[in-house]
Parts: sequence; structure tokens; C-alpha cells
Amino acid sequence: MNEITVGIPATLLYYKYKELWLNFFGKLGIKVVLSPETDKEILDSGIKHSLDEACLAMKIYMGHVAYLKDKCDYILVPRLESVKKCEKLCTNFAALYDLTRATSDVKIIHYNVDVDKNKSEEEAFIKLGKSLGFSRVESKSAYLLAKQNERILKKAKLDTQLNKIKNSKKIKILLAGHPYNLYDKFIGGQIVEVLEKCEADIFYSDIYDDVHVPRDMPKISKANYWTYNREMIASIAYYEPQVDGIILVTSFPCGPDSLSNEMILRNVHIPITNLIMDEENSTTGLETRIESFIDIIEERKKINE
Amino acid sequence: MSKKEVLSFPHLGDYYIPIKFLLSHISDYEVKEAPPITKKTIELGTKYSPDFVCVPFKYNLGNFIETLDNGASILFQAGGGCRYGYYPEVQEKILKDLGYDFKMMTIGESGIINFKSLKNVVKKLGHCGMTKALYYTFLSVLMVRFMDKVDVYIRKNIGFEVKKNSFLELKKEMLQEFSKCKGYFSLFKTYRKYMKLFKKLKVDKPKNCLRVGIIGELYTSMEPYASYFLEMELANMNIEVTRFTNVTYLLYQKKLQEKKMLRKIKNYCKYTLGADGMDNVYRSKYLIDKGFDGIIHIKPFGCTPEIGAIPIIRKVCSEAGMPIIFFSFDSQTSETGIKTRLEAFYDMLKIRKGD
Repeated sequence: MNEITVGIPATLLYYKYKELWLNFFGKLGIKVVLSPETDKEILDSGIKHSLDEACLAMKIYMGHVAYLKDKCDYILVPRLESVKKCEKLCTNFAALYDLTRATSDVKIIHYNVDVDKNKSEEEAFIKLGKSLGFSRVESKSAYLLAKQNERILKKAKLDTQLNKIKNSKKIKILLAGHPYNLYDKFIGGQIVEVLEKCEADIFYSDIYDDVHVPRDMPKISKANYWTYNREMIASIAYYEPQVDGIILVTSFPCGPDSLSNEMILRNVHIPITNLIMDEENSTTGLETRIESFIDIIEERKKINE
Repeated sequence: MSKKEVLSFPHLGDYYIPIKFLLSHISDYEVKEAPPITKKTIELGTKYSPDFVCVPFKYNLGNFIETLDNGASILFQAGGGCRYGYYPEVQEKILKDLGYDFKMMTIGESGIINFKSLKNVVKKLGHCGMTKALYYTFLSVLMVRFMDKVDVYIRKNIGFEVKKNSFLELKKEMLQEFSKCKGYFSLFKTYRKYMKLFKKLKVDKPKNCLRVGIIGELYTSMEPYASYFLEMELANMNIEVTRFTNVTYLLYQKKLQEKKMLRKIKNYCKYTLGADGMDNVYRSKYLIDKGFDGIIHIKPFGCTPEIGAIPIIRKVCSEAGMPIIFFSFDSQTSETGIKTRLEAFYDMLKIRKGD
């Protein structure tokens, strides 16, 4: 039997589709290699492999791809144009496959989702399974099981967060942004560290049931059409009455965020700050900004009491 | 009777003429384009825009502020494409927060344009019937096509004109006559007449002149102010310029050519890259195959689709040994910097050509 290993860069879309990918390959019995958390070395090689104007998250991604280069047979690079009808994604995700192919010399397996052109995620995963030598039935059942698992895990995560928010006695901060910014060691990790020092309870905007997007989103924006930004906006609108402050995390220079942040900042009525992260961030500057933000919230709380 | 409300829209090169033609025929309002772009426009736009939004947003916002100060009360924004589709809502919010009172009108919510959304726009504009609206839409699309055809000829020859400014003066005259056209026949006649006049203009064009292609993002390609009059600069250097992006292309040619383009560059792109990304990869391949001397790629700072495409374009060009230069425009770009880089590029092309 030929054993192949698939490398997954543990950044960018990984934080969105972690459960789905790992379960899918797990069900098919394929060995998966993950890249480690972002460190200085990965970041540097990422910067070397990408354009200086590319966004920080993309630079980090290229670093992860470079890390995996000799450690697996194939690297999984998805290509997503639209994941919901009449909605779009950042064009980086549409270019991801061709871009990775052009910039680094690696073997790639990919899948292509473009719901607007009737290419669904299910069909894409079946094709992916087939390209790895599995039958249609095997691939489909693996996908469906993985999808089910993803749903269960998401629900559990949401319940834990909602419980925590109810019982929290400390300052409640919503960390809002794309999951690949929030959970990345280099981007969100620094912020989480400082917040923990300040003894604040942290909640994440990506833990949210996206069924409610049409209900929550119009409070902040009506016309936004980037799926991930819609979810983020809706989640902020949903958590706004339940938390004390919001920290908006953006990687420089994110295209969709540049506009949707403006709407969020103008339409949210509790303390909110926008941290824009690039590769040359100083930790001290970050600490000062977050600490003073927490101070403002504490003062406000005292006045309200 | 009270005064008519004023409908206004942002600039995009010379295209304000067909847009004004269309809107003034099908709407009940008085139509007035925004005041011409100046340094002040971009300063105003930058002041009130988010930090790292792309430059077209800033230009548009500056246009809006100036036109609102001039008494406009309804603003028209197209939308569609990558970030463009989300411009209207954010701009509306920023301007309303500044205290302006107006109505914002867009074609197609959420960046999706189809027949139904067009019908809605026509309804909102006034009492114009759908047949009349379609007729005038057809006329303005035709006008755009004629303008673009003339522009292609101008770009090829303006660098070699014998009498200075003869091309631009004639073009100005033509545009004025276009805006006064009544129907299909007068439009067509005007086009024929001026095309002949353009061909009669004297040019002194050497056989082996330098030929350069401009590719890149659409707004900086079409709005001369946003690219700091790059094309004029090239014309002064006696270079023949080819540019692909124009409204004709965006309106229908792009859709028709997509499959063909993807087939031709399948070694580099398997899928589209969003907005005009893949188109630009194809164009650079095309320019290489046609034996052009150099490529100039222009985009606003932070343009995501182009950033995705540039590494691929670089690969295409380096494999073929094609000189290419990248310009990224922002509201604070220094004009001298651009000129210096352009001159160096020009010298390099000239040496390569062996003069």
C-alpha cells in the first residue's frame, strides 16, 4: 500500500476548516503533517517568499508552506471563490492556489469551491478524495462525517463561550477579527498575552452560529458581501450588549477589513479599539495601547456603578 | 415650482460624458458631474477615508464632498468588482456622519449587477419607461465603444504627433459633439467623421519605435489623474502605448474572453484570481508573444487582486526575459519618484533595443 502524507499549513484557512480537514483525512486514513505555530523563522521565510505589499496573514501562510516543503508528499492548498450564494470572499483566497504554485516549488493537492458557479464544497471534497485514489462513495462519506463532526464541535465551542460569558465576573473583552488573525501566535497571540496579564476574560468573535447572520448583521452594515466579514460583523453585533469592550484585530493591509472596520468603528457604541498588526510590531507599543484601553473600560464601569 | 434636485457622480477619466448622457436622458433630475479632480479633491478624500483603503475610494470620496458642496443632493455610485461594490455604503456613512444630507443610489446591491437591479435603478431615477431606458443605455454603451476605439488609435500615435496637442484638441472637440448627439445615426456619423480626421492628423512615426503595454488595476488605468498622467509621460518619450482596460472591456469583453484567456495561460493560472488578476497575467503573456519592448503594471496601494497576480506576472515575465516595472499609487506618491523610475525604465528599454 502506498502511504502518502499530506501537509497542512496550520494558518489562514486552517483555523476556519481545521475540524473538517483533519476529520476528512482522518476518515480516509491519510497521514497529515501540520506546520508548527508561527515563529520568527517562519515569518521571515514567508516575507522572503511574498510580495512586500501582501497582507501579513498571507506572508505567514507562505512561510508555513515553505516549512512543509520537504516534510510531506503534498501540500493542501484550497481555492475558495465563494462559499455562499451571492457572496464573495477576499480575492486572496481565489488566488491562493495559483499564487502558491507560482511562488514556491511544491507539490500541491487542491480543491476548488465556487458556489456562485455551482461548484459546491461537497463536490470539491469528492474530487479531492478521488485525486488521492479513493472512490466517490468513500470520499463522500468521509466528507459528510467530517462535516457532522465539525458541526458538533462548533456547537460545543459556542455553548462553552456563552456559558463563560454569563458567569464571568471580570472585564469581558471580545477579540474580533478573522480567525487566522485571532489564533495566530504572532498576530493574536501577542494580544492575548497582554490581555491575560490585565486579567480580562477573552471571547472570540469567530465562535458564533452563522445561521443568525441575516438577523444580526444589519445593525452594523447592510450591504457587506464578504462571507467572513459578514460573520464577523454579525458576531460583533451579537456580542456587543454582552461584553465590556471590543478589540478589533486586523492584519495590514487587509482589503475587505479596510472598509468593513470603518463601518464597525462607526456603528458600535461600546469602547472599541482597532489594532492593526504588521510584521514589525513592537510589543511595548501594543502593551501600552491595550492597557490604556482596559483602564478606560474600568473607569467606565466604576462610573456606571 | 421648486428647483430640480441635482444628481451627481464621481469621475472616471473621460467617461463622465457617456454617464452624463445616459443619466440626463433617463432621470427626472438635473445631472451634473463632480468638479474636476484636483489636488484638493484627493486631500479631502484622504482626510476622511479609512487609513489603508485603496486610492480610488479616496478619489471618489473627494469627488463626492466637492459635488455636495456645489449643491448636489443625490449621489450615484456604480459598485461591482472587488472592493468597489462595498464603496457606496461606507461612503454614505462617512458623508452622513460629516453632516451632509443626500441620497445615495447604486446599481445592484451587494456588488451583484443584473437586469433586475438595473430595472430598480431606472425606477428610482424617475418616470422613464424601460424601453427608452434600454435605448439610451445602448446608445451610451455605443458611445463608450466609439470613445475607446478612438482612444486606442490616439494612444498608438500621440507620441509621434507633428503638431503639438493636435490629438488632444481634436479629442476634446469630438467629446463635445458626442455629448450633443440625439440618436444612433448622429452618434455614428460623428464617430466616422472624427475617426477620419484623426487619421488625417500628421504623425512622424519611426518603424521600430518603442512599444509598451500598460496593464493593471482598472481605476488607475482609466483615470489619468490617479496615475499621475503616466500615459502622457510615455507619449512625451515617443513611446507607442497599448492599454487593455477600458469600459468596453469591463462591460462585456471580459466575460466573453474569460475561457479563452484561461486556456492560453493554463501553465500559470488554473482559475481566475479575482477582479482583473488573471486578465493581467494573460495580457503580459500576450504582450510577450507580440514582441513588445516592455510592460508597465500600475495599481493603487493595497489592491488585493493585483497583489495576488503580481508574483505570477513576475514569473511569466522573468521566464521570457521581459522587462516589467511595477507602480503602486497612493495619495502621497511623489511625482518625481515616478518620473525618475520611468526614465530609468525608458533608458533601459532603449539600450536593449540597441539604439
